[in-house]
Amino acid sequence: MRQFDRHQGLVAPMDRANVDTDLIIPKQFLKSIKRTGFGPNLFDELRYLDEGYPGQDVANRPLNPDFVLNQTRYQGASVLLARRNFGCGSSREHAPWALEDFGFRVIIAPSFADIFFNNAFKNGLLLITFDEATVDRLFREAEAEEGYRLDVDLEKQQVTTPSGEVLTFEVDSFRKHCLLEGLDDIGLTLKDADAIDDFEKRHRQARPWLFRQAG
Amino acid sequence: MAGQTLYDKLWSRHLVKERDDGTALIYIDRHLLHEVTSPQAFEGLRLAGRKPWRLDTNLATPDHNVPTTLKERAEGNAGIVDPVSRIQVETLDDNCTSFGIEEFRINDARQGIVHVVGPEQGATQPGMTVVCGDSHTATHGAFGALAHGIGTSEVEHVLATQCLIQRKMKNMQVRVEGELGLGVTAKDIVLAVIGKIGTAGGTGYAIEFAGSAIRDLSMEGRMTICNMAIEAGARVGLVAVDETTVEYLRRRPFAPSEEYWDAAVADWRELVSDDDAPFDKVVELDAAEIEPQVTWGTSPEMVAGVGAQVPDPAAAGDETVQRGVSRALEYMGLHAGQQITDIQLDKVFIGSCTNSRIEDLREAAKVAKGRKVADSIQLAMVVPGSGLVKRQAEEEGLDKIFLEAGFEWREPGCSMCLAMNADKLGTGEHCASTSNRNFEGRQGYGGRTHLVSPAMAAAAAIAGHFVDVRDFGAERAANDDSQVQEA
Ligand code: SF4
Repeated sequence: MRQFDRHQGLVAPMDRANVDTDLIIPKQFLKSIKRTGFGPNLFDELRYLDEGYPGQDVANRPLNPDFVLNQTRYQGASVLLARRNFGCGSSREHAPWALEDFGFRVIIAPSFADIFFNNAFKNGLLLITFDEATVDRLFREAEAEEGYRLDVDLEKQQVTTPSGEVLTFEVDSFRKHCLLEGLDDIGLTLKDADAIDDFEKRHRQARPWLFRQAG
Repeated sequence: MAGQTLYDKLWSRHLVKERDDGTALIYIDRHLLHEVTSPQAFEGLRLAGRKPWRLDTNLATPDHNVPTTLKERAEGNAGIVDPVSRIQVETLDDNCTSFGIEEFRINDARQGIVHVVGPEQGATQPGMTVVCGDSHTATHGAFGALAHGIGTSEVEHVLATQCLIQRKMKNMQVRVEGELGLGVTAKDIVLAVIGKIGTAGGTGYAIEFAGSAIRDLSMEGRMTICNMAIEAGARVGLVAVDETTVEYLRRRPFAPSEEYWDAAVADWRELVSDDDAPFDKVVELDAAEIEPQVTWGTSPEMVAGVGAQVPDPAAAGDETVQRGVSRALEYMGLHAGQQITDIQLDKVFIGSCTNSRIEDLREAAKVAKGRKVADSIQLAMVVPGSGLVKRQAEEEGLDKIFLEAGFEWREPGCSMCLAMNADKLGTGEHCASTSNRNFEGRQGYGGRTHLVSPAMAAAAAIAGHFVDVRDFGAERAANDDSQVQEA
């Protein structure tokens, strides 16, 4: 997993609640058997005026000029500012893959859907939750000031705004550790292989029917 | 000591290890796989030179991409016209073969939507932890199993370690007491719950559905409800074990053998919340007050009773909510104050892991029997959840009822629930759908989805617009019901 410690980046404000995973990456792109290459189709239905399909060259597609990521001032954005319940819907990990592939490293919102939240951290994205009022304020600032950038320090759990204001955020210590070190969950869990083995033996003894196949 | 909730019991039964940081390793008993969220996980295993921890917990079937017309299906994988879809299904076949995982392939009679197949095979059992790379895995909680949807990284993690890293959720109880009105179904209950608590209302919780109205439901009905727990934001939906659960599982292929049956049943009977178990949140609904539900917007919480009107954005909560409602109405081509029953439809879809089981098809068939799909409907399709559901329905003559009424009778799969195969909506088309998500573009680019129960979908197909199924032969349905139960 890609490591994350500190990131400074341009902020793109996406002013819309309940952004679901179908919006983040529409289903026709889930047919890929790879993990990469989803960036050009991130928010496909909002970004382009036509219907997208896999394998197409996006360079010639008509862009929706109203969509935030198409505006010149937000080109190169790597911090996404979003509204409540971001990432609701399916468990598709293609959603964080697409966000990451596009170039986002940090997403800030008042709340996230559970499965998306999990998936994002496993792909090197940092998700930060601030209360509604703070997010509102960041929206106003990012919209008012062209070139608005945030400095995100995971180690210190701090976000610094261009005016020098410092906002602290909470992050689960396990997730923080994994992100800082770029650690792979599986390797970590396998360090507990003996505990898993022991549990499995007891479990099999107590409930042997869980260990049988259809006859 | 205070009692334990069903969720607490399931959690402690599977706790391998608690870590200092508050996360825990939870042992997984059943892992279901399908073609969309597994290829990258198998690739990950291969790259790291890892093997599945335990083979016999895994069961796979392709469902999302499979075509549903007989002509294409007759050719097996070769009949999948879209080459990208075909590669995905073939990749699942190859991965299952090379890793030694049991799979019900495209034309196996047992193939179907993974959340229909697991329970139908008895592969989902009370007291199990069940995971699948699909958010509607909550469905399996209907059996008193702890069932989570997981992402692809977690699919790989479960394959490699038989465990999942979890944090304990909070407990919510949704109590639905009383009797449902005639023609009102499990789907209406769950849509009403989502309308009440919102699509983020269950975030961070495991929701246990309880109360007499839930107890009175069949396993199919309970699955419909748990299926949509995720649409209320909860990864986990649960119903306690009772006689209905046990009877459903008896003699299913994967159910415990004779040798262990009694011990298993005794063990399952403990899977109820203790009377004094504390819940962090309790939500109550009166079953008698629930009307047949119809969603009018682009999020499942945008729902109303069939007798209601499309709401006015100006009267809807704070500014963010108001903007959401306005945008939804614009996308849906509806205006504030419009009667729900005035919404004209173009297509009707009866299927998906929410409502494609035998009981769902029976409910729809009761309404369709002896009637005709309205001329204004371009396509009304019924897609059974599995090959076995299809076979059962045909034995009961339901296929003939649908075909005579003008519905198409398809082969099993996810189909137009998410339109990854060729079944989809065109731009601007309104669809009465028994599926679970009405997000923008979900059923096809620019498509407009209205979520309803199977009976409401069938009635809408006949009328060409939404109608209250209770005014629509509900009495006849009630009579048929008593016959079915006696038979
Ligand atoms: S039927 Fe729909 S919701 Fe269910 S698994 Fe298939 S695509 Fe997902």
